[in-house]
Amino acid sequence: MTTVRIIAWNTFREAVRDRVLYNLVFFALLMMVAAILVGQISIGIERLIIVNLGLTAISLFGVVMAIFIGVGLVYKEMERRTLYALLTKPILRWHFIVGKFAGLGLTLLVNTAFMTAGLFLALYYVTRTLSLADFQILTAVYFILLQLSLLTALALLLSCFATPIVSLVCSLGLFIVGSFSQDIRAFGEMSQTPWMEGFATTVYYLLPNFGAFNVIAGVAHGKTVPVALILDNTLYALLYIVAALLSAVAIFSNRNLK
Amino acid sequence: MPVVEAEQLTKDYLTGFWRKVPKRSLDGLTLEVRENEVFGFLGPNGAGKTTTIKLLMNLIFPTSGSARILGRPPGDPSMLRRIGYLPEQPYFYDYLTAGELLDYFAQFYGYDAAERRRRVDRFLERVGLASSRDVQLRKFSKGMSQRCGLAQAIIHDPEAVFLDEPMSGLDPVGRREVRDLILELKREGRTVFFSTHILPDAETLCDRVGVLSDGRLRGCGAVEELVSMEGQAVEIVFELSAGAGLPDGLEVTRTGDRYRWQIPEADLYAAIDRLRQSRALIVSVIRIRPSLEDYFFGLMKK
Repeated sequence: MTTVRIIAWNTFREAVRDRVLYNLVFFALLMMVAAILVGQISIGIERLIIVNLGLTAISLFGVVMAIFIGVGLVYKEMERRTLYALLTKPILRWHFIVGKFAGLGLTLLVNTAFMTAGLFLALYYVTRTLSLADFQILTAVYFILLQLSLLTALALLLSCFATPIVSLVCSLGLFIVGSFSQDIRAFGEMSQTPWMEGFATTVYYLLPNFGAFNVIAGVAHGKTVPVALILDNTLYALLYIVAALLSAVAIFSNRNLK
Repeated sequence: MPVVEAEQLTKDYLTGFWRKVPKRSLDGLTLEVRENEVFGFLGPNGAGKTTTIKLLMNLIFPTSGSARILGRPPGDPSMLRRIGYLPEQPYFYDYLTAGELLDYFAQFYGYDAAERRRRVDRFLERVGLASSRDVQLRKFSKGMSQRCGLAQAIIHDPEAVFLDEPMSGLDPVGRREVRDLILELKREGRTVFFSTHILPDAETLCDRVGVLSDGRLRGCGAVEELVSMEGQAVEIVFELSAGAGLPDGLEVTRTGDRYRWQIPEADLYAAIDRLRQSRALIVSVIRIRPSLEDYFFGLMKK
């Protein structure tokens, strides 16, 4: 696992050197402006607005990072031929794939951690208090991290065989459709046509269900996330990530590096 | 034990829009590289040199045939620990400095931080980049990247080094330094396998060479052995006496009053007779040793 760690750390270092974490500045500005404005224009729903805005921003910033960096993770190294020297070191090809995934995962984790701290600061500024219920926000952040990890694994898988632009379109498409997969299933049921219902159900099960990770509205309203949902989502994300990474490893291990 | 053994190694690439047209890049290469020799892999551009090295490095996979390096299959991590590789026109992570890049690669060999620092300093010094330790690779010239590539290939003191066009992109001083480095590696007991199309470099450095053309190995052996197959030639230098004309049909080069005439060794006495009849003054007769270049072009013409 040492080789995976070395590759992961270098991927993180690349992201930092490429000024990826500069998005934190935009997030900080957004939260500051929101906190000041919310205090002036809303009465009684400051918490709701700040939590909603903050978690949505954390999710969106993370999605953009996961997709835009993820789609180039493998392809960029193949195109620039930086892989040649690396893969002739005493490592296996799966070390590279898992290392790249872990590196981007670490980048997203650090980014999300800073943004979450910013959200709590903004929340404290607006409400002047933090209750135990506010820490439900951490569950929503955990779900966002699961979602981002899954998206990273899918972007990485696409990066093993498609150009960044194709991977970008596909990853974004998967994310958007996956965020509404429950609606697709409901649409199939409403159609009352057996083949349409079957098709919609198949699509629902095949596509990653990103919508299941979205508890932002509930948490903003102070609702508690059920433990069963936490376990379900964790298991679901883990299985999907493992399947995506295994597919990426299978493709990459048989790939000729021209 | 041979360092490299290739047995009928063949590589086809699929080309065309539907990727259904196979194009043979390497055709049945059988080759052996021995311990502690400098082996030069020669051939024109597109001959299959880089394809061969990539197959040996497990960066691409053979269509048929097999290869072993240090007795292990390509890609085996225990074998990779014992070899070094410089890709053709290397490109590295441009957000790293030269020192960071070498440190990154050295980590894969399990050295601790202090040992890595020592090695990074030692090998940057060895390739002439000591003063560029903290310069980001994006600011490196082609020649500097090449030197950095050489350093990463040898940072772990490998038993065998594979260098793909190590002299390309280097100025004459850089080429000389790489030549010296290859000879040093040999003196240290390592095996060097390098591809090049710069024939004088190969002639100077190599114990044995393999000549590749259109994906096929056209010749392989010690440089002396191969060039002796070219057949011997002689050069006669002569001057004409006053008023005498140059005999008809002679392909000569004139330098001042002197003429140089190159002929196969077997025709020497007949040539001398012709010159005597023309009352030419024979200044010298020198045997010309064929060069690797002569052998190479001889093969290419066939």
